[in-house]
Amino acid sequence: MKPEARAALLLLTPAMTLITLFFILPVAGGFLLSLTDFDLYSIGDVGNTRIVGMKNYAGLMQNPLFWRALTNTLYFSLVGGPLTIAVALGAALLLNTKLARFKAFFRTIYFAPVVTTIVGVAIVWKYVYHPRVGLLNRLLDAIGIAGPDWLGDPRWAMPALILLAIWRGFGYAMVIFLAGLQNVPEELYEAARIDGAGPWKQFWHVTVPQLGPTFVFVGIITAIGFLQVFAEPYVMTPDGGPLNATLTIVMLMYREGFRWWNMGYAAAVAFVLFALVLLATIGNALVRRTR
Amino acid sequence: MRRLLIHVALIIGAIATIIPLAWMISASMMPQGEATSFPPRLVPSHITFEHYRSLFTSLNLGRAFLNSLFVAVVATLFSLLINSMSGYAFAKLHFRGRDRIFTMLVAALGIPAQVAMLPLFLLLKSMGLVNTYVGVLVPYIATIYGVFLVRQYMLSIPDDLLAAARIDGASEWRIYWSIVLPVARPVLATLAIFTFMSAWNDFMWPLIILSDADKYTMPVAVANLSGEHFPDLELMMASAVLTIIPVLALFFVLQKQYIAGMMAGSVKG
Repeated sequence: MKPEARAALLLLTPAMTLITLFFILPVAGGFLLSLTDFDLYSIGDVGNTRIVGMKNYAGLMQNPLFWRALTNTLYFSLVGGPLTIAVALGAALLLNTKLARFKAFFRTIYFAPVVTTIVGVAIVWKYVYHPRVGLLNRLLDAIGIAGPDWLGDPRWAMPALILLAIWRGFGYAMVIFLAGLQNVPEELYEAARIDGAGPWKQFWHVTVPQLGPTFVFVGIITAIGFLQVFAEPYVMTPDGGPLNATLTIVMLMYREGFRWWNMGYAAAVAFVLFALVLLATIGNALVRRTR
Repeated sequence: MRRLLIHVALIIGAIATIIPLAWMISASMMPQGEATSFPPRLVPSHITFEHYRSLFTSLNLGRAFLNSLFVAVVATLFSLLINSMSGYAFAKLHFRGRDRIFTMLVAALGIPAQVAMLPLFLLLKSMGLVNTYVGVLVPYIATIYGVFLVRQYMLSIPDDLLAAARIDGASEWRIYWSIVLPVARPVLATLAIFTFMSAWNDFMWPLIILSDADKYTMPVAVANLSGEHFPDLELMMASAVLTIIPVLALFFVLQKQYIAGMMAGSVKG
């Protein structure tokens, strides 16, 4: 073996061993686990585990809670994701105008929520949404609107979580859009202006097509983040919220797997999440190709 | 006129973004009950640190703070060493199967961590690592994203630099340690911030793997606390401040590296 190849082997061994042992194998093992009835008795003695094939998946299809969790997760992602991207794009466009000043300052402020600890902000927002003393309802009071019990009302609990997710997430997508916008050649805008295109037309016919790859990347990252939602509902609306209005796929996995130790069943839930993430990734890439 | 409108929009956005965090800090320093009084108060009548004091004394949150700090620092140190070694090998060393292995890693980049969690828990249980710091650390120290980030940056290191060192008779380890690592300082800074923040902020994994309150990290301890002390708004705000401010402060100091790293991960990828 050449010295260079030997060095490569030594340098690669630690990371590749850890990633294989603690990530790749568990992912593969998770699929096998989802084909068994691994439960509390199996934890005592693995011998109590039987292979049940697709029974866990079939059981999920029969479980109204699973459909609830799936619907909630899709609601959260399909409404929250696009809204986050829209707010992010709006902020990026504002910051990208030549007229805007103190850009670095605004960018830092908008980005700050991205790095905050989810559990910490979930607690803060739980008080923001407090029906009586919360900031939001006091603000609504001031303009004569009686706000609902945001987190206690099955209709409002999910929109409340979505608002928090937009607040915490748009800064990330905004920074990616800013990078994309800086790569749009100025000549394209000039050419569009000469052709008599106003700001709106320039946006649709220059900015949006030029940002194509950025949209795909932001779309994928945002979708993956939204589909995995767990800590916000766990802290803000324990046990799935009012009428399970905020029970999500990952919460269902956690509940089945780590509270009731139905690990085979929970592994099936985890692979539904995997499938959703895969679909979101492929979907975003396809939308780009058909444009 | 347009200039004015743009700035009004920017300022309204900034206020809306910052208000929850400002309220958190302000309310954490209000005397008990003031944040929930009528008419509403946005600024403390007088500043008090009593809630911080009780968090550190009777509620033992100092322990969780140190746990989080320990986990995040150790994760960062290991991640820097281990991911940079692999990143360098993928970027600059020639060996059979390099590009194929790397492509497979990148393909696995999008797999959600939760998919691995159930078997990982069982694996760690069989190794006796449940409810230990090592168990918490395991997912943070070697990551596909870390290897990817370092590799992308190191592609731009000139091959001549390494060839010259080889002709001078430097060993491969010496080239990595004394030539490559110093040149790669910017990406190492980025990786350090990313690892520290994700280890500090993570909730689900420590929630799963830790059972002793003595070993809880901040997010787990604070989530537990909010179950028992939810009516004490000012106290809970103080606990949120202690959870959020360390990473937020780190971001304000090192935001250039942080944002640069984010772009490197997105645009070049």
